[in-house]
Amino acid sequence: MAGKTLYDKVFDAHVVRSEADGTALLYIDRHLVHEVTSPQAFEGLKLSGRKPWRTETMIAVPDHNIPTIDQAKGISDPIARLQVETLGNNCSELGITEFNIGDPRQGIVHVMGPEQGVTLPGMTVVCGDSHTSTHGAFGALAHGIGTSEVEHVMATQCLIQKKMKNMRVNVNGKAGPGVTAKDIVLAIIGEIGTAGGTGYALEFAGEAIRDLSMEGRMTVCNMAIEGGARAGMIAVDDITIDYVKGRPYAPSAEQWEAAVSAWRDLHSDADAVFDLEVNLDAASIIPQVTWGTSPEMVVPVNGMTPDPAVERDATKASGIRGALEYMGLEANVPLTEVQLDKVFIGSCTNSRIEDLRAAAAVAEGRQVADTIKLAMVVPGSGLVKLQAEAEGLDKIFTAAGFEWREPGCSMCLAMNADRLAPGERCASTSNRNFEGRQGQGGRTHLVSPAMAAAAAVAGHFVDVRQF
Amino acid sequence: MDKFTTHTGLVAPLDRANVDTDAIIPKQYLKSIKRSGYGPTLFDEWRYHEPGEPGMDHSTRTPRADFLLNLPRYAEASVLLARENFGCGSSREHAVWALTNYGFKVVLAPSFADIFFNNSFKNGLLPIELEAAVIDQLFDAAEAEEGYQLTVDLEAQQVKTADGQTFDFEVDEFRKYCLLNGLDDIGLTLQHADAIKAFEVQHKQAASWLF
Repeated sequence: MAGKTLYDKVFDAHVVRSEADGTALLYIDRHLVHEVTSPQAFEGLKLSGRKPWRTETMIAVPDHNIPTIDQAKGISDPIARLQVETLGNNCSELGITEFNIGDPRQGIVHVMGPEQGVTLPGMTVVCGDSHTSTHGAFGALAHGIGTSEVEHVMATQCLIQKKMKNMRVNVNGKAGPGVTAKDIVLAIIGEIGTAGGTGYALEFAGEAIRDLSMEGRMTVCNMAIEGGARAGMIAVDDITIDYVKGRPYAPSAEQWEAAVSAWRDLHSDADAVFDLEVNLDAASIIPQVTWGTSPEMVVPVNGMTPDPAVERDATKASGIRGALEYMGLEANVPLTEVQLDKVFIGSCTNSRIEDLRAAAAVAEGRQVADTIKLAMVVPGSGLVKLQAEAEGLDKIFTAAGFEWREPGCSMCLAMNADRLAPGERCASTSNRNFEGRQGQGGRTHLVSPAMAAAAAVAGHFVDVRQF
Repeated sequence: MDKFTTHTGLVAPLDRANVDTDAIIPKQYLKSIKRSGYGPTLFDEWRYHEPGEPGMDHSTRTPRADFLLNLPRYAEASVLLARENFGCGSSREHAVWALTNYGFKVVLAPSFADIFFNNSFKNGLLPIELEAAVIDQLFDAAEAEEGYQLTVDLEAQQVKTADGQTFDFEVDEFRKYCLLNGLDDIGLTLQHADAIKAFEVQHKQAASWLF
């Protein structure tokens, strides 16, 4: 019998029962909750007279709606405020742990979870948010789920789930200097396409992935969903275990050795068979910039916008034409000539301490270009903010002309006041360049934190390796 | 959840690939704590000229004359015909609620994003995957013929044209059963409460740090 993949191992260890058609009841170890996708689930639970199955597996944090300036003054938007208050009320009523505004542990749910050790290797993790794939960086099986499933997990501690297919992306060899996790994952999405991973659990492997820190691995798994895969995963190694050790919710000293010994098996067996394998050469990847309205519309920074006239597939050609029109770009334009209005460094993809260090290293001693209306840095959590301030990164950013904000999802999805005006163009370290994502009519280019900082200084995209 | 057995309805052909959930329902409407009221803001940015905000009277906004659902011939559509990777992006179930609140019962596409596909079944919206060539044929027919309708028979797993042509589709047995009977899957899962409890005992032995 062939060996098991990492996904097989975690999935199989959580099957409560299976239907004849393969539909399984999958036990969920950790349920992360935020304000946007939970109110209807809490209401459904109440209306049916049900209680959460295991309250202690739930950890809640408001993140999507909260302001990034003057958080202590509260939320001025009454609709957003009601949503955040509803989360608070539901949590206190049911005894669910919540890290609220003002608590240094508050932050983007996918930054908070790993930071607190709430996410552990081998766990099944769910959250009503597609970027839950982030937690797969720990060898966890982490799914984004809808609100009906949020209610289902609350009520039953289980998710109804058919086993997905196995896919592995091997990023072989060493990545070059100045090439980050973000560039690697954008290159992967460019290769497999935005639906390339649909129906698969996607394992990232290869030397360039193993070389990444946990922060980098989280960036890669975070964007598995932009390649269509609901779950991204990376095998556990010393880097994983060292990161988890000593975190507030990590196993206690008595349980630590047993946990580590179980976690050591969280890798695909050498003879495991994948339904699909894709290979990339890390050395061929250079810093990436998206030009269009889907994450797959990506080119190396020394590349040009595509020409729909040379695309043979009619649907693709019309997609390129529509994206260029929305983005206000012509065909065959070098990306380095694209002028920017705003720069956003933050989001569950790139707001961790290492991301801020990388951006600060580029910004240090330089100035944001006069043509940039706003360059903002939004740390992923209160603890990331404190750490960055202890290292003096905030001073570097503000001296260079960046705004230093308070933690939250911010302009990744523009549910709060941080957004693009129609037609504005933004270099963003977030994960989605969809139409209107950062504000109606806004134009988003996805890049790494270092590339965003360099673009802020230059006023247009530049190859950070030559900066 | 409402039962889904058969449905006959007017087809609206949305000729774009990778329609994402931000396009289906923009983020400002996700601040609502309800499951209803999303119909008027379905495809908001494609549908109206003025930017929309929650709480406003959307009937006072100017519809974009060229958007599909603003064309009189598609106003009563309940079957959405779409291109590949429909519903990609965020997990927001609001995207499904917006479609069902508007009046859609079925979405036909060559492929769907996983989370959207899954969310649809929980709300009585039937997502049907058909081969790209069949989808192309249906696009041609729906664009050529005003009032073009299709019938979907879930029991038979067939899409039928008015002139009697049929296309078979696949659906998971369990999902089909829940939709046909309008069943709440939480209730079904809780019938296995003993199995869940037994699993917890075993799981705690294997991984005590999770408890």
